[in-house]
Amino acid sequence: MLRTRLQPLHPIAWWCWAGTLAVAASRTTNPLLLGLILAVVAWVVTTRRGNSPWARSFGALIRLGLFVIAIRVVVQVLFGDRVPGTTWFSLPSVPLPSWAAGVTIGGPVTAQAAIGAFCQGLQIAVILACFGAANSLASSFRLLRCVPAGLYEVAVAVTVAITFTPQIVLSIARVRDARRLRGRATSGWKGWRGLAVPVLDGALERSVALAASMDARGFGRRPASPRHRQATAAATLAGLVGLGIGLFQVLDSGSASGIGLAVILVGGGLVIGGLVASSHGSRSRYRPDRWLVAEWLVVAAGLAAVAGVVATGSNDPNALAQPLYPLGLPASPVVALASILLAAVPSAIAPVPVPVRAKLSEALA
Amino acid sequence: MIAFDRVTVVYPGAFAPALENVSLTIDEGHLALVIGATGSGKSTLLRCVNGLVPHFSGGRLTGAVTVDGRSTERYRPRDLADAVGYVGQDPDATFVADTVEDELAYAMENLGVDPATMRRRVEDVLDTLNLHALRQRAITTLSGGQRQRVAIGAAFTAAPRTLVLDEPTSSLDPVSAEEVLASLARLVHDQGTTILVAEHRLERIVQFADVVVEIGSAQGAVRSGTPAFIFATAELAPPVVRLSRAAGWSPVPLSVRDARRLAPELRRRLERGARPQDAESRGDRVAQVKGLVAAYGPIPALADVSLELYEGQVMAIMGRNGAGKSTLLHHLVGLRRPQRGAVEVLGRVPATLGASEAVRLVGLVPQDPGALLCAETVAGECRDADRDAGLADGTTRAVLESIVADIPDDRHPKDLSEGQRLALALAIVLAPAPPILLLDEPTRGLDYRAKERLSHLLRQLAARGHCVVVATHDVELVAEVADRVVVLADGEVITDGPTRSVVCHSAGLASQVARILAPAEWLTVEEVAAALNGRVFREGAPS
Repeated sequence: MLRTRLQPLHPIAWWCWAGTLAVAASRTTNPLLLGLILAVVAWVVTTRRGNSPWARSFGALIRLGLFVIAIRVVVQVLFGDRVPGTTWFSLPSVPLPSWAAGVTIGGPVTAQAAIGAFCQGLQIAVILACFGAANSLASSFRLLRCVPAGLYEVAVAVTVAITFTPQIVLSIARVRDARRLRGRATSGWKGWRGLAVPVLDGALERSVALAASMDARGFGRRPASPRHRQATAAATLAGLVGLGIGLFQVLDSGSASGIGLAVILVGGGLVIGGLVASSHGSRSRYRPDRWLVAEWLVVAAGLAAVAGVVATGSNDPNALAQPLYPLGLPASPVVALASILLAAVPSAIAPVPVPVRAKLSEALA
Repeated sequence: MIAFDRVTVVYPGAFAPALENVSLTIDEGHLALVIGATGSGKSTLLRCVNGLVPHFSGGRLTGAVTVDGRSTERYRPRDLADAVGYVGQDPDATFVADTVEDELAYAMENLGVDPATMRRRVEDVLDTLNLHALRQRAITTLSGGQRQRVAIGAAFTAAPRTLVLDEPTSSLDPVSAEEVLASLARLVHDQGTTILVAEHRLERIVQFADVVVEIGSAQGAVRSGTPAFIFATAELAPPVVRLSRAAGWSPVPLSVRDARRLAPELRRRLERGARPQDAESRGDRVAQVKGLVAAYGPIPALADVSLELYEGQVMAIMGRNGAGKSTLLHHLVGLRRPQRGAVEVLGRVPATLGASEAVRLVGLVPQDPGALLCAETVAGECRDADRDAGLADGTTRAVLESIVADIPDDRHPKDLSEGQRLALALAIVLAPAPPILLLDEPTRGLDYRAKERLSHLLRQLAARGHCVVVATHDVELVAEVADRVVVLADGEVITDGPTRSVVCHSAGLASQVARILAPAEWLTVEEVAAALNGRVFREGAPS
């Protein structure tokens, strides 16, 4: 089947791709590899994101990542374990009573401690960036549309919750403006007090209007017979109970017993069957997302990166870490680097989002 | 198509019914316009059609509402989704999806329409409402008029034979409003859709209506008929109708085009009399904006705007949705700091002042006056306002008395009518006696009578030396109150001049009277009426 011009990449493909890169990042503290993963992710995001509001979440998560690195380094320098090595400078140390063993304040700061902390912070930052990339590239609304019809109501509730967050922010700004216009303080504790009621009031009014609009457009209509609905709901519930019991048994005994596995299999089958059957005949999809060649390739690109990193790790575990004793430049494992570069392939094969530039004046309205 | 049979609606906890004993029928393929004063029950009437009243709102409905042969007693709104499309007052609060196409398809997905039909209908609606260029756009990036059309489309894709719209143009600039109304007219003409629409700005819509439903101020006084029949006597009438009453035309023309056929004779009569006179005088300069630049992130909002404000002058700021009107007001009142350039009010910079000091210099009534109100009662609101601004007890209440006399102390602000709420917000802003008063889109939701009272009040304030600035889309309000008009486009000042010359020489901003009597330069019905009676009309003079 061919892709139409307007069909974006399947959201699950983007999440798989970003997820595999996050897994690759979680396997290494080598700043060279981490930097390359970050570069690849950033490149794909800049070339393949649309202009929807969530497309900006990448930038926000990058900022969050920088914050994490800074916190990680500062905490290490002030309170961290005193790691031996090349001392850069010393902070005055505070002696603590014996019951606070393991906690130190101040003391000598070594290059090993600072660089090690930076690399760990960078690892978290890169994982956050992968999450931000998935958010930027795939609309959460489209992702939620992939859930089976049995969970449709839940999915809509989640969508509405997602769209509400930015509205609450706007609403807070509006209420603060209104207070300023009345001559009330807007800063400090006084400014924040009494904000909650009008903001929640506004949010409530909006949700009632939204609910009316959804109801008027047929939300919650059930053409399927009530008996069919009850049957699928009962199957799903029974399956979930079975899954729970089976998992408990397997985890409790620590080994996969035959009965436990069987219960898990039957329970899982019932859940899937119930959810699929619940979609039958009740609702239709406009332009359902399809899984085509490009989706497979994007997922494969992400898997290649993980495979490369894991293979390098099993050959030479040191190549994945930042060398600290002695302090040195990070290794440059060719296989891992090449496989991460391969993960940039989506920037060429994923469909380009339709150029949708808002006119400046329109974006303001 | 739509039938009301002795319908009475009582909301829970209400003293009086919102609608009483209403009977009416709307035939298939008609565009029916619902008119009535604010709070007369227009929205309730519309929400009865698809059963939102009483299924969603609560309360009690007696009598019967049937639409397309189905009674709302038995069918809930969701079961009528294929028969009635409903578009509420605030389209922004009703969007579920994030792109235009998905939003349009939402109702059909709920109804289980098969994908092939869905594609076809979305395509049809994109064409009918002229949205095809926007199909993949995120809704948040659309302008007000475009969003309103998406909301109409979203209600219409399920192919309902009836469409119900509650004030679809109240927040739109004149050009966007015309686009939306033209789309509605196309739905009626090409597809035979029955449309029921409530609207305050009658001048925009009267020409499209087949039937007018008037909800009188007396309970249950609902009557319907052809526009010519209703407007021969209706209390609330658009300028073209009031002009023809003043000129003695019969039958009453309803569109500018019909009126222009009769205009030459009226122009000749007017040439004999005196011309309207505009006030020349203006007071001292009270505020100055120099080279103001503002932006929201990467998006420029104001580009190098320079203006001077004078006491005793009413200035109108006009321009498309998103032209930068509100941004300019926010700078004048000090809610935002200029990125470049300077804003100076009576020699001080508003953004650097403390809140209680700033309100004594310049006051702003925001777009939604309700946002200013947060107390439980009117009396509490007035007390809080006195305390916030450090005024003597009772100051705000006294100002409120001078604007509207009859607002009960113990009423909750949310239970006030639109006009009363605006009066209360105005009183709070005016109590510290700021020399400069700014109003952002004050006529939204006001009927003609409330609007008249507002114009009168603004003229009085100007006569007392206040500088009044009104940002608005309402050309009729501008024609009535403004001495001077500033037009913004994409953050730049395009025109700055006396109202008469700006309004009479602009296609989009002309008032109905100006259009009818062009090339003669007349602005309002009052001017014409005064001239016909041999008087010279002066703005602000007690009438």
